[in-house]
Amino acid sequence: MPGFFSKQRITASPDYNRWLVPPAALSVHLCIGQAYAFSVFNEPLTRVIGGSASAPDDWKLTELGWIFSLAIVFLGISAAFGGKWLEKVGPRLTMFVAACCFGGGFLISALGVFLHQIWLLYLGYGVIGGIGLGLGYVSPVSTLIKWFPDRRGMATGMAIMGFGGGAMIGAPLSVLLMDHFQSTVSVGVIETFLTMGGLYFISMTIGALTIRTPPEDWRPEGWKPPVLRNKMITHRHVHIDQALKTPQFYLLWLVLCLNVTAGIGVLGQASVMIQEIFKGLVTPAAAAGFVGLLSLFNMGGRFFWSTVSDYIGRKSTYFVFFAVGAGLYAAVPSVGMTGNIALFILLYAVILSMYGGGFSSIPAYLADIFGTRYVGGIHGRLLTAWSTAGVLGPVLVNYIREFQIAQGIAKTDAYNVTMYIMAGILLLGFFCNLLIKPVHEKHYMQHDEFDELDGAYPLDEYRNTNPSTLTKTAS
Amino acid sequence: MKNSKPFKPGQWVLLLVYWLYVAIPLAWGIWSTLRKAMVLFN
Repeated sequence: MPGFFSKQRITASPDYNRWLVPPAALSVHLCIGQAYAFSVFNEPLTRVIGGSASAPDDWKLTELGWIFSLAIVFLGISAAFGGKWLEKVGPRLTMFVAACCFGGGFLISALGVFLHQIWLLYLGYGVIGGIGLGLGYVSPVSTLIKWFPDRRGMATGMAIMGFGGGAMIGAPLSVLLMDHFQSTVSVGVIETFLTMGGLYFISMTIGALTIRTPPEDWRPEGWKPPVLRNKMITHRHVHIDQALKTPQFYLLWLVLCLNVTAGIGVLGQASVMIQEIFKGLVTPAAAAGFVGLLSLFNMGGRFFWSTVSDYIGRKSTYFVFFAVGAGLYAAVPSVGMTGNIALFILLYAVILSMYGGGFSSIPAYLADIFGTRYVGGIHGRLLTAWSTAGVLGPVLVNYIREFQIAQGIAKTDAYNVTMYIMAGILLLGFFCNLLIKPVHEKHYMQHDEFDELDGAYPLDEYRNTNPSTLTKTAS
Repeated sequence: MKNSKPFKPGQWVLLLVYWLYVAIPLAWGIWSTLRKAMVLFN
């Protein structure tokens, strides 16, 4: 009998309602999205010893900043290395391990705060929690694509939208819990970490227990693969390792990296930027509202653009991101000079929606180019582009800004060159996207190839009609 | 090729419960963020 966590155990019956699968994916993504709200803990963590104010032995913000950075780095590493394992063991075990890592990371971090040992926070939330982030992020993607062959973009968009929404739940929840637990002797972080670790573990485990994969030859009621095929959508499969040998993988890596670099750079600076460009008109509280609004558009764009990509195609969607995005970035300085705050906010809202759309449309793009069989693993490897952009974007924006201020340029105008450079980055992405063509014939899996990941051959018409040609079997 | 069959009635209840389970916290998060964003328009 297959084990509780095995792939065979979670294969759904043909009457299973596929709309039960997105909530399973959201159960995980809404939890791990908390990572983007980790900064709410920074200030309370600087006064763990001092209580109401920082004591000399308290942690500094610079030390604490490494926790989030480590988590994002380990997200990329675990997604890259864990993707192949995901394809082998299936989504249930991967999601459960992600739940243990992410929930466990909070518990270790709570111990770190209790003992006042910063390395335990690095290890707990940064390394172990980061591994949970990476595994949790990629685990439901290929399952969703297989359940929604007719609406790949929308399906993955729903899950990845959850990652954007996770921060919106995580931030107010953390504040609420810290307010509840804080006392004269505690800032309430330990209790909050313990509570959130438990809650996230339970929610992610519910997702792991309810996730189901479709039967191998399942198709939605009444849906048939289009006869007149779009050349950019393959119905064959490229092996996870073979994908790395194609130029398409690296072009898609650049497409994701460049789109994220442009967005992430301005997202981190949004609050300071609007206050400096509209000096005296935008208060810090209003600037925080601006960041909140951008988060909403970032989240909404994940669903909207990935759904649009189902209709206009993935390549066209990225053309829109790069062409319109470049135009909007280039327009920001002029709009800033006119003093039109509403138009400025609108520009950024559209830009951030396309930043989110870049994340959510990429799994479907990968499935179109490399087939659906290993898309989870290939997506995991592509996420190293996110980690790279996570470092590149903010560094680029900060460095250019500091350089200009050092040259004597007014703070109000210091962002102009940055915006033009971001527009240039997006134009580069436009050309990378232009170069993406269908994968060469030699890269596709052949019928007599042994699939070492799960000991099975791709199930297709060939297998049904030519069973005798399959000479190798699983050991 | 197998196609999906009509759903069992119990699955609709499960579907509703499961979607509410993820939609309620998400709606709360969106509402909290919107309230913060409203300051911008004041």
